[in-house]
Amino acid sequence: MSKENFSIIGKPVALVDSAGKTTGQGKYADDLSIPGMLIGKILHSHLPHAKIKKIDFSRALELEGVVTVVIGKDAPNTYGILPVGHDETALAVEKVRYVGDNVACVVAETESIAEAALELIDVEYEPLPAWFDPEDSMKATANFIHEQRPSNLEKDYHHSFGDPDAGFAQADVVLENRYVANEVTHAAMEPHCTLASFEFDPQTGLEGRLTVQSSTQVPYYLQHKLSIVLDMPMSQIRVIKPLVGGGFGGKSEIIPLEIIAAVAARKAKAPVKITYTREEVFLAHRGRPRTIIDLKTGIKNDGSITAVAAKVIQDGGAYCSYGVVTILYSGALLGALYDIPNIKYDGYRVLTNKPACGAMRGHGTVNVRFAFESQLDELAAKIGMDPLAVRRKNLLKPPCITVNGLRVQSYGLPECIDVVARESKWSERGKNRKKSRGLGMACSHYVSGAASSIIRSDMPHSTVNIKIDRDGGVVVYTGASDIGQGSDTMVAQIAAEVLGCKLGRVKVVAADTDLTPVDIGSYSSRVTFMNGNATLRAAEEIKRKIVAAASRKMACSPEDVIMREDVVYKKGMSPQTSSLLEKVLGKKDDAPTVSGHVEGQILRGSVQQKRKEEGPKDKLSFEEAVTAAMDNTGALTGSGSYAPPLEAKGGKHKGGGVGPSPAYSYSAQVADVTVDEETGEVTVNKIWAAHDCGRALNPVSVEGQVIGSVWMGLGQALQEEFVWKDGLLMNAGMLEYKSPSATESPEIESFIVESIDPEGPFGAKEASEGSLAAAIPAIANAIYDAVGVRLRESPFTPERVLSAIRAKNNLKKIEMTNRVDPTAPHKLREHGGSLWFKGRGPKRHEDDPARRAEHAD
Amino acid sequence: MKKELIELKVNGRRHEIAIEPNKLLLDTLREDLGLTGSKRGCDDSSCGACTIQVDGVPMLACTMVAASYQSDNGGNEITTVEGVAQHGALAAIQKAYGDWGGSQCGYCTPGFMMTVRALMDRNPEPTDEEIRHALSGNLCRCTGYTQMYQAIKAAITAEQKGMAAK
Repeated sequence: MSKENFSIIGKPVALVDSAGKTTGQGKYADDLSIPGMLIGKILHSHLPHAKIKKIDFSRALELEGVVTVVIGKDAPNTYGILPVGHDETALAVEKVRYVGDNVACVVAETESIAEAALELIDVEYEPLPAWFDPEDSMKATANFIHEQRPSNLEKDYHHSFGDPDAGFAQADVVLENRYVANEVTHAAMEPHCTLASFEFDPQTGLEGRLTVQSSTQVPYYLQHKLSIVLDMPMSQIRVIKPLVGGGFGGKSEIIPLEIIAAVAARKAKAPVKITYTREEVFLAHRGRPRTIIDLKTGIKNDGSITAVAAKVIQDGGAYCSYGVVTILYSGALLGALYDIPNIKYDGYRVLTNKPACGAMRGHGTVNVRFAFESQLDELAAKIGMDPLAVRRKNLLKPPCITVNGLRVQSYGLPECIDVVARESKWSERGKNRKKSRGLGMACSHYVSGAASSIIRSDMPHSTVNIKIDRDGGVVVYTGASDIGQGSDTMVAQIAAEVLGCKLGRVKVVAADTDLTPVDIGSYSSRVTFMNGNATLRAAEEIKRKIVAAASRKMACSPEDVIMREDVVYKKGMSPQTSSLLEKVLGKKDDAPTVSGHVEGQILRGSVQQKRKEEGPKDKLSFEEAVTAAMDNTGALTGSGSYAPPLEAKGGKHKGGGVGPSPAYSYSAQVADVTVDEETGEVTVNKIWAAHDCGRALNPVSVEGQVIGSVWMGLGQALQEEFVWKDGLLMNAGMLEYKSPSATESPEIESFIVESIDPEGPFGAKEASEGSLAAAIPAIANAIYDAVGVRLRESPFTPERVLSAIRAKNNLKKIEMTNRVDPTAPHKLREHGGSLWFKGRGPKRHEDDPARRAEHAD
Repeated sequence: MKKELIELKVNGRRHEIAIEPNKLLLDTLREDLGLTGSKRGCDDSSCGACTIQVDGVPMLACTMVAASYQSDNGGNEITTVEGVAQHGALAAIQKAYGDWGGSQCGYCTPGFMMTVRALMDRNPEPTDEEIRHALSGNLCRCTGYTQMYQAIKAAITAEQKGMAAK
């Protein structure tokens, strides 16, 4: 099937919006402005947990240029991305819950006036004891972060599939270890930005519809939450997604400024734009939580896994966000990669007084995958088996349903493993071994969208409309949110392939709630699979109409009509024959994109065709066929939608809705690393990554997504991590956070494996997330191969690696930082206290506005 | 703060504008001249999204005061990403970034355009190491940089072919 002869699918094409990006013409949210637009700036809490006793902004209002100040009381309705987690308000109403929580918003004529006014707001707080470590937070008996969540436990799940006890009893070797993955964030290059404006209703003369242009991955959810907070019907709210400068999950839920801008625009009675500073982006966060994983795996001497038990604690931060889904993914995706007969899972999502964690690329699976793939290598060593062989031993046999209810159909993992083994010369790795250099391998997988949506509704997850009018232009109206992953291009490719037209003929109108049908957004890697399928169906519907008309024109049956590359012809005829091409296009060789007809002539042509019956034709131009189809109907429209099939929706157990997907992507990776045993520095020389994406609709995009995922995994593996000092984020900047630059980024070679999924559009599955998770354990395993130390806490910084090497050599521990001891990760952090409460929080610079607020009285 | 009249030469055109004397060049370009191609990705010259060229040298507009770069007898010629496409067509590097996946979300791309153009101008045949080094001041979170190297090499080849054809 992969040998199919497509005209556009499977060909590398430049993203349809790439010229706008390379010339600067493309508009992102912060590039937009509206006459009369005001600027909003948010006052953030400097305390991690405190009651708000009083907010006095009268001094701020006196400053010239300040229009209004918005506080929590202006919009007290609660919202949250999950129906079970409506625990946020636009601005803090009763208390603040992390350093950076939103307290007030100044709306002013300029950014500098708004900034100056922030310092004139006097807030009186009553500090409360704060919780910074999840294991301590769970022991809380009073001063809960949310009153409705006793013991600060957002949610816990306890699953058991098969018979885990019996499974462990059958095992020859059982290992139990604790793994810790520290907190990372998306740090998309574009800081969040929202521009909100109201228009007057001509009937009532009052404030009417709201338009919000925002950097979001989920325009429909934003429309929904705005409606809740503002008490407005959704029909009166229009959300438009301009170009979005990267998301990675950080824009996949409602970020406070999106709501605040709308509330501020309503109070200021003028358009308001809010753009986060980079520091505010770090505080808005919603990244991957620090995760503590107690993992136990049993294996037989022949390499077959008998059982897995995982206890996972996630440090979720101050709000629910996607937390309930994150903790479920951590358990559910223990399945569907290997054949594991018995699984026990205990997951705890815990609230702490830190910025909320949410969904980040590889949502919920990454940290547990790091633990699992690391432990699998340890087990392989114990039973004397090759790490690659042990993975091959435990492959699934699809089509199948895993013990925890996940349906697996296409499964390219075996081929992924073969490819990276071959390319990395895995079997020869023992020969000519260099000192301190090693190879490690790991696998991972991810969903192609969730089979059940988070909004608990039976509506299709995607709907797409296509319109073709007499100009011959194909306009696709899709709710898919392109955030740089290339979904607009994917939609254009599918429409063009089905309709047999050139890519340049397709125009994509995307992610505008007034124009495009509901699509639930760009997250959980659902867009190619779901919106792609909806596009395919819409295009097929419209194609049937064109084919019916063309078959009449060509006096043949509809089955014999072929549409390809702007030519409609009878089966058996070759559109490539130059004489026929001439007849159709009136031109030799160089086939023009709009096939010789210009607008106006199309209309005239169709009228003439009626007047003068030319008799049946062998071939029509795209315009002729389209015109024939719409002679009696007007513009052609087609609509298609996609809802995941019931069989893909998983088990009936509590929380069983998270994990099931219509299809899973697979990835295998080998990392080649060198470890400097003097400094502990790890250098990645190369990574080979093979990814099963079903079918690569646009290979250059798929490779870009795979490489980008692996690269982001490398960042988490080696250098990215949030550093906390009692609830204060110490590295809220791109350099301090250590986002890898070109000089720190190794060569990543990607290989596409095509398993052709039976339900994906043209067989396609997910490509943008599944490869991230394997990068971290592949490097951990390579470090072990190189120097014989096992790193169980990420990232593998020089301090942690050196400390592990010294521990292995029985050398004295170097206390470079107190928090680093990879040999005993459970003792690492001592945030447990309530230093803030005792008045011993970190010292701030005396010019720090937050400090001045502290001494305002 | 009281505004003052300054003159900037941007992409070959002169602009007389009244701005606050402490206004940053990036904000001036984006707000006063409507040249929103240059982006703000951080606030402390750590990401490179705001890279522009002054007399051919890549500089970070987010930490430059606009009034210090007034046009001056042929000096202080500012080029932004809007000035890269010439003769009604994409420059080779712009086309190549599209073709080879050098740009995904595109937010960092204008900065890379300015940095890479400067590299290609001063070093028509850079080695891999030189390319890597030249790009190290611009951050990208999407691509892992790999496809950018392919794009840059393709652009260099295209430019050389273009030159040979003349």
